[in-house]
Amino acid sequence: MLCDVCKCNDASVFLTQIIEGKMQKVNLCDACSKEKGVQDPTGFALADLLLGIGAAEEIEKGASTQKCPVCGFTQADFKKTGRLGCSACYRTFAEGLGTLLKAMHKGVEHVGKLPERAAKQLELSDKMRTLSDNLEKAVAEENYETAAALRDQIKQLELQITS
Amino acid sequence: MKFSQVMSSGGEWLRGEGPHHQVVVSSRVRLARNLRHHPFPGWAKKAERTQILEQIKPQVEGLTEMQDSFSELLQDLSALEKQVLVERHLISREHAAKGVGSAVVMNRKQTLSIMINEEDHLRMQSIRSGLQLKSAFKLVDKVDSTLEARLDIAYDQRLGYLTACPTNVGTGMRASAMLHLPGLVLSDLINQVIQAVNKIGLAVRGLYGEGTEAMGNLFQISNQTTLGEKEDEIISRLTKVIETIIDKEHDARQVLIQKKSDTLSDQIGRAYGVLTYAHAMTSKEALNLLSVMKLGVDLGAFPEDRRLPIDELFIETQPAHLQKTSQQKLNAEERDFLRAQIIRDRLKLFPKPDMGKMAREPEGTSSSEPNHHE
Repeated sequence: MLCDVCKCNDASVFLTQIIEGKMQKVNLCDACSKEKGVQDPTGFALADLLLGIGAAEEIEKGASTQKCPVCGFTQADFKKTGRLGCSACYRTFAEGLGTLLKAMHKGVEHVGKLPERAAKQLELSDKMRTLSDNLEKAVAEENYETAAALRDQIKQLELQITS
Repeated sequence: MKFSQVMSSGGEWLRGEGPHHQVVVSSRVRLARNLRHHPFPGWAKKAERTQILEQIKPQVEGLTEMQDSFSELLQDLSALEKQVLVERHLISREHAAKGVGSAVVMNRKQTLSIMINEEDHLRMQSIRSGLQLKSAFKLVDKVDSTLEARLDIAYDQRLGYLTACPTNVGTGMRASAMLHLPGLVLSDLINQVIQAVNKIGLAVRGLYGEGTEAMGNLFQISNQTTLGEKEDEIISRLTKVIETIIDKEHDARQVLIQKKSDTLSDQIGRAYGVLTYAHAMTSKEALNLLSVMKLGVDLGAFPEDRRLPIDELFIETQPAHLQKTSQQKLNAEERDFLRAQIIRDRLKLFPKPDMGKMAREPEGTSSSEPNHHE
């Protein structure tokens, strides 16, 4: 049986811990158990330290037959390698990954660097939202002249977004 | 630039004297990035990997930071050359195992190295001497922004940068520092420190990263999480923890000088004796003894101008560097003989340790340089 963390060495440390009434099992090799500080059972919490491996087993139960439509990667492949197939896999396996990411990281949403391209997209979609809101309001107020102008602006913006 | 030039120039961080260089050997920051609409390297077929490489490599080589760079396809490097790059931390062990479809590009100063098709399409790393995580991040961040404008990078509004391994998603950033902690090891405090660091979500690893043994009292400390925290927050949190460890290391050294000076003198004397006279030495033994010599320089038992030869031996006695210098493939036994010989030659003119000069620091300046007054 391979180590759940490095997936390279044979596991020699087998851990079972009950967290919030749920049993979680983890198999570790010697090196990884040392690295995670498993020798000292009081010093660690399974869920915090072992990168949500219990959660990984959970996703497997729910959707073992799921396959990424872009790259053909399956849940079983993830279980085997611990890596995903392509960036679209994050959408394909979103449900299960959510639990895993929550256990692994500080938060579930990125708060860091925003690439310029994405920033521009974000700006455009914000603008679009404002325009649509205004359009709705103008129509409700039967202010058709404004509505027509807004519709033109929206069309232009749509072109910008798709280009 | 040719590989021989990589070999002959040591790289800035190897001889650099960055801030806190007595304890912090080097600081590294790496960013993981991928192209949208392409399978990650581990899942891509050979043809796809090659196509991705052809798309990325010219963009990387075209960076202003990469003028006069060393750029090589992994299949064109010998096993030995790859290992030399691993020993200098310019490529990962995982990358060294790659062949067709992968490449490495690095600048002349060896402060910036970009791996193409490692675990992710792009692994960009900046390495500096001493504790300089902020400036290392600044360099790699700038390179990232330039490349981002030229390549379609996989980014998700909610999850950030998408990476092959979910442990890297978000910032895709791993910041790490290599610490030399003989004081904490000799005073049996190191496990306490490692556990404390683990508990606050940082990882401690050995010399060559994940799953490697701690040798030469060298430890790598890095952030474990990449999602839900900003890059500069991660870096300042890590820097703060490292500064605390630096203080603890200096405190431990002071306690050793004051309470266990005999043990300390014995360790330094033995290291000096064995390194000066041994005729066969494994790389592990060499690292451990050189670590004690480095401590000796830090504490004033050896003159300050002897620091560089010791620091250089750390890397020159690594297996691949040894074979590359001697221009031949050697078996383990031959390496051990050659290693001992190189060390003996280098230490021939080395003065004997002067334990009387081991400096006690005045109260309250534990993180400053030890003074060398008599």
